[in-house]
Amino acid sequence: MSFLPYAAAAWLFLVGLWGVVSSTNLVRAVLSLTVVQSSTYLVLLGIGFRSGAKAPVVADIPQSSRLVDPVVQVLVLTDVVIEATVTALLLALVVQAHKRFGSLDPADLRILRD
Amino acid sequence: MTRRARLALFALAGPAFAAVLVIGLHGLPTFGDYHGVYGLLVNRIEPRLRHATDIVTALNFDIRAFDTLGEEFILFTSVSGVALLLRRLRVADEHAERSRGTEDHRFAGASAGVRMSSLLLIPLLIALGGYVVLHGALTPGGGFQGGVVMAAGPLAVLVAGRYLIMKHLAPEWLLEAADSAGAAGYVLMGVGGLIFTGVLLKNFLPLGTPGELLSAGMMPLNSIAVGLEVTGAFLLVWTEFLDQALITTGGEEG
Amino acid sequence: MSSLSALPVVVPFLAGPLLVATGSFAPRWLEDGTAVLAAISVCALCVLLAVHAATEPFAYWLGGYRPHHGVAIGISLSIDPLGAGLGAFAALLVSAALVYSIHYFDAVKGLFHGLMLLFMAGMVGFCLTGDLFDLVVFFELMSAAAFALTAYRIEERAPLQGAINFAITNSIGGYGMFIGVALLYARTGALNMAQIGAALGGHQADPLVIVAMVLLIVGFLTKAAAVPLHFWLADAHAVAPVPVCVLFSGVMVELGIYAVARLYWVIFSGPMGASAPTLRAILITLGVVTALLGALMCAMQRHIKRLLAFSTISHVGMFICGLGLLSAKALAGIGVYLVGHGLTKGALFMCAGVLLHRFATIDEYDLHGRGRAVPVVGVLMAAGALLLTAAPGLTTYFGKSLLEAAASDGGYGWLIAVFIVVSAVTGGAVLRITGRVFLGWGPNEGPDPGQARAAAERVDETRGERDRTPILMVIVPAVLLVVAAVLGLVPDAVPAIERDAARFVDHGAYARWVLHGLPVAWAHVATSHEQPVDVLYSVLAVAGAVGTAALGLFGRPLREGLPARLTGASRSALHSLRRLHSGHIGDYIAWWTAGAATLGLVCLVGLR
Repeated sequence: MSFLPYAAAAWLFLVGLWGVVSSTNLVRAVLSLTVVQSSTYLVLLGIGFRSGAKAPVVADIPQSSRLVDPVVQVLVLTDVVIEATVTALLLALVVQAHKRFGSLDPADLRILRD
Repeated sequence: MTRRARLALFALAGPAFAAVLVIGLHGLPTFGDYHGVYGLLVNRIEPRLRHATDIVTALNFDIRAFDTLGEEFILFTSVSGVALLLRRLRVADEHAERSRGTEDHRFAGASAGVRMSSLLLIPLLIALGGYVVLHGALTPGGGFQGGVVMAAGPLAVLVAGRYLIMKHLAPEWLLEAADSAGAAGYVLMGVGGLIFTGVLLKNFLPLGTPGELLSAGMMPLNSIAVGLEVTGAFLLVWTEFLDQALITTGGEEG
Repeated sequence: MSSLSALPVVVPFLAGPLLVATGSFAPRWLEDGTAVLAAISVCALCVLLAVHAATEPFAYWLGGYRPHHGVAIGISLSIDPLGAGLGAFAALLVSAALVYSIHYFDAVKGLFHGLMLLFMAGMVGFCLTGDLFDLVVFFELMSAAAFALTAYRIEERAPLQGAINFAITNSIGGYGMFIGVALLYARTGALNMAQIGAALGGHQADPLVIVAMVLLIVGFLTKAAAVPLHFWLADAHAVAPVPVCVLFSGVMVELGIYAVARLYWVIFSGPMGASAPTLRAILITLGVVTALLGALMCAMQRHIKRLLAFSTISHVGMFICGLGLLSAKALAGIGVYLVGHGLTKGALFMCAGVLLHRFATIDEYDLHGRGRAVPVVGVLMAAGALLLTAAPGLTTYFGKSLLEAAASDGGYGWLIAVFIVVSAVTGGAVLRITGRVFLGWGPNEGPDPGQARAAAERVDETRGERDRTPILMVIVPAVLLVVAAVLGLVPDAVPAIERDAARFVDHGAYARWVLHGLPVAWAHVATSHEQPVDVLYSVLAVAGAVGTAALGLFGRPLREGLPARLTGASRSALHSLRRLHSGHIGDYIAWWTAGAATLGLVCLVGLR
């Protein structure tokens, strides 16, 4: 039972990769990337958790209480910002691709190939 | 490769990769029982060291401020990229639009109730966002979280059905200025540390009393710089995308 | 002096937003000038740091958080000569690319200069940092800027496809890296590379450490374009503007190699010590496959930028073989060769840019004979080809001889044959282009009408062909080639890199100077001397290059004379190989998964 978050993370990574590989729509491919990224959040936050501990904000609790690991939360915060911005950039590319190619299917983007 | 070949390759490779992940994840310490020295140490010493009560923000803007600097600039770079991609072709379309006469692009189905409640939301969102930004060092929150909430304020104008008014409220030059000022502001704070204490990003302002608004040295200022940047960046991205959808396709939304 | 450590990153972080904000109204000369000035100052700063670190490497703790008893809570910039030197090299290439683009682009907005400076900031931060998560953050910064720059010419359609493929592939590599970092953090409770290495040091590698290593290596080798993670690179190079390609092939790809080297010697060499021979075999296999496939695809291209991109992949294969040898001498060889290759490849892309700028096409056959209008560029390309074959006396020659010596020391003498083949084929391909474009040799119709014609590219949307080439666009590549040729001859240059490499691989010493700030008594390093057999290998490579070029130019009647079954079989095999590079993102990610899974399973089984 305690392996569930990590198993879920591996599953999400796999499903996200599947989404990118099998997509016939670029928007779906980009959002599948988001799914892959969520698996990293699960792993990071799962690692830092301590049972029975409180959030690492000591404004109104005694400083010596049991707190969860704050470092992974900072890592996830950075992670979220990176993912949001790269997704924005990718979606802008997809919007332009739709305008120029007239299609969102990766199979229709046929200019670059050998 | 044909679609079948591609899917067949993945049918083999995907589960194998997932298996590799699971084998690696198996070695992790038991869920709920983590004793990493980094987190334990920071939890114990940070409040006394920097008078901040939100340890996550203290890590973000002080101990690991260099990471946040890099992350800020990833945001800046991606937003510049979005502007690069969506703006150059949009300029041509906008001229065509303007020659048709200005119209309010309203959502055809926005009822009076929706419009009233979104108008009420705007000051609430901006106030909440500002609160979250300023209290970053004290309570959960900080520049990034508060910045996104503040950016949602002008967006509520859009929901109220007045897209062009939103563009007047938050014109592009203002958003770009906020974005650049926030990014540069954070760097300048770090350089301030370099000038006054000889080390980049070292906290050089007085620490104050923990729990008060003006405490924890430069953390509130960093928070404000980041909040400014995030608000500008997100609004910029949203307006770029919405321009594509609303202006260039004629604007009528159902 | 050490307080300057963060300035190479701060300067572009200040100049970048400035350029972006003023882009719409500042005059072009001001934008160019500010950008070039910023890049040159970063290069100078990194050189200062490298020189200072050569006597005594040091760690600069940001925020003032120094480590206590070997536990670090702050982020360090761990400055050693190879890292700072690579940062200086990156800044140098950025300066050259910016100077080149003064005349390459007739009109450009502030976004280009700002993005280039932010790209540089990402690369320099990547080279200087000593913290694992910081490494990933700067990796993502470098990538975000690269994605935006790839799609710069939005008036064409192909850049969009190239940028999308590039972005999706590299992002997935990055996500794998995040999990790798998480695994290491969970095991050691540290993010500082030296501290992680020290914590893992005493114990034999278990599956978690092996999987973390695989995920991190796969992520960095995606950036370095190892096979089968390489598909994005040719697409991105084909469409990115030439100054950006200079940076991609010249330094960005090589940073992936640097990261794998750093991670191996600081973090993983301890736990993997007992299974080093297996790891060696795995990495060398990967390197050989990459090198040979890259060379093969390179020879088959007619789109000059794609051809150069595949030659980069082939040389990266050589670098991975060198890495796989897991020795200080090989690392020194990689270091020297990397500099020579980066300068050469940058210059070759700039020459291709001159052709594109002048004739509005980059297809080898469309350019047949037209290069006679710019003969100087032909000389430069031929010189570049010689540098790629590592002809005797050139910087690439010294790097290659170190690699060859390391290969025979490590019992992998047959790698020398692979190196010679790579040099011969890639150098020969460039010689072939030079012959066809500048001398009009060979037929002017391609052998395979089905091969996708290079899209008629234009540098900007308002001009097609031009009738003169700005002198600056020829001077910059000439300077780069001259430096690439003579750098190895500078006294003590190559031995200095050998000494720095020997210190780089010293696992215990790194922890000492990063975590404890203690001086290290470096052992004396015996530097290599030239062997006459190195000249033989080099001459063989040059001869091979000339032969391959001649075959490419004049070999069609020969090919027609071969038995039909032989040519038919080989043609369909090559055709299938080329078809794999389909431009479809689903294919690329399927291969990525296959590569990552294979590497993971092989390592898990072989490295217990």
